[in-house]
Amino acid sequence: MTHDDASAGSSIWRGGLILGVLAALCTALVAFTHRYTAPLIEANEQAYLEQILRPVLGGIEYQDELSKSLLVLDLPHDLPGNEAASIYRVYADGEPAAALFIVSARQGFAGPIRLLIGVKVDGSITSVRVLKHKETPGLGDLIESSKSDWLLQFDLTSLASPVAERWLIKRDGGDFDQLTGASITPRAIIKAIKETLIYFESNQDALFSAETTKQDDQP
Amino acid sequence: MSSQTDIGGRLAAGLWKDNPGLVQLLGLCPLLAVTTSFVNGLGLGIATLFVLTCSNMLVSATRRFIRSEIRIPMYVLIISSLVTCIELLMYAWFPNLGRSLGIFIPLIVTNCAIVARAEVFASRNPVGASIVDGLTMGSGFALLLCALGAFRELIGYGSLFSRLDMLFGGEPSPGLALVDSGFLLAILPPGAFMSLALAVAAKNALDRRRQLAQQVRGSRHRRRAR
Repeated sequence: MTHDDASAGSSIWRGGLILGVLAALCTALVAFTHRYTAPLIEANEQAYLEQILRPVLGGIEYQDELSKSLLVLDLPHDLPGNEAASIYRVYADGEPAAALFIVSARQGFAGPIRLLIGVKVDGSITSVRVLKHKETPGLGDLIESSKSDWLLQFDLTSLASPVAERWLIKRDGGDFDQLTGASITPRAIIKAIKETLIYFESNQDALFSAETTKQDDQP
Repeated sequence: MSSQTDIGGRLAAGLWKDNPGLVQLLGLCPLLAVTTSFVNGLGLGIATLFVLTCSNMLVSATRRFIRSEIRIPMYVLIISSLVTCIELLMYAWFPNLGRSLGIFIPLIVTNCAIVARAEVFASRNPVGASIVDGLTMGSGFALLLCALGAFRELIGYGSLFSRLDMLFGGEPSPGLALVDSGFLLAILPPGAFMSLALAVAAKNALDRRRQLAQQVRGSRHRRRAR
């Protein structure tokens, strides 16, 4: 193949044409795959959401799909964390039964800790789970319910039991167990749970009457 | 030369002599980041193997149209659309593994081992040979990922083959729990570099020993000939 001045112009056009055809083919491939996988992926995400929310439901039989009761609070809000907070509202027999909060504990040892906190209408906690964290493996990561039962001590607690001043780890004069070798992580989590309970107490009515947030992305 | 020895040679090159991870030290970002467990290594290894083989095949099939001025955009187009497809399929079929690997699936695009094979091999060789090259090089990379994953999981968590259900379905499985707790450093990023360094050193040591053995054999042979 020779590349003199005369062919340089046509060579650019040819290169452009080749790239264009290839781009069209590649886009078609991706579009086809997307069309085939989209319903599967959506079903997976729905199943995953129900799977992560179930442990904090406390056995409440809910109606409708949980994703339809989502309320997203953008910053600034009064819940803990520097990220948008999500709240799934659970109704049983048409009445508000519980609210499932997804909030962040700000002062973890390594960045924010994403928490899922279930609160019943009477203000008591059903259960708490950690969704995402970057704490040290073997020390701070014992907050994961699959690695230790530290988080389970919050089941059935409320702002009345223990009283608000005792929402601290034992070392700080509170009622909750600490984790050996990690005190920053438990402190952050306890503070976030307490703030969530306080928020729930003062905003309960507004929370259950608010409109569902329409949006596609989920936590 | 028969095609069989050629495949044998390519296999030796991909798995050992020119292993993309051990020798060419390509694609270290995913290699170091995801190998915290065997199943993660295996999952990303298979995904990379698939992308590498398909991209080699497509690059080789279109090599007649590839002009040197536009070859890089062509590779990028082919590889990135393949990776997007893989990501979609992963989230459709193996959602748990997809969540576990997270950002490292789309990052397969940036694995230079794939562009390197497209440039060095697939753009100059017929389709069949390019597929074989993709399979062998991809297997070499995948095996290294698995080995590092197994090693780090064993040292760091004291278990082996945990959560294989993410790939093969079934109930969440703890795998073989050998000891209660492990040496955490292996899971942390420094442990990744140390494990890779150990793997490279082990490979070099084995090569050196084999070379020495050959030399000794060679000199004995010569002496006897005299």
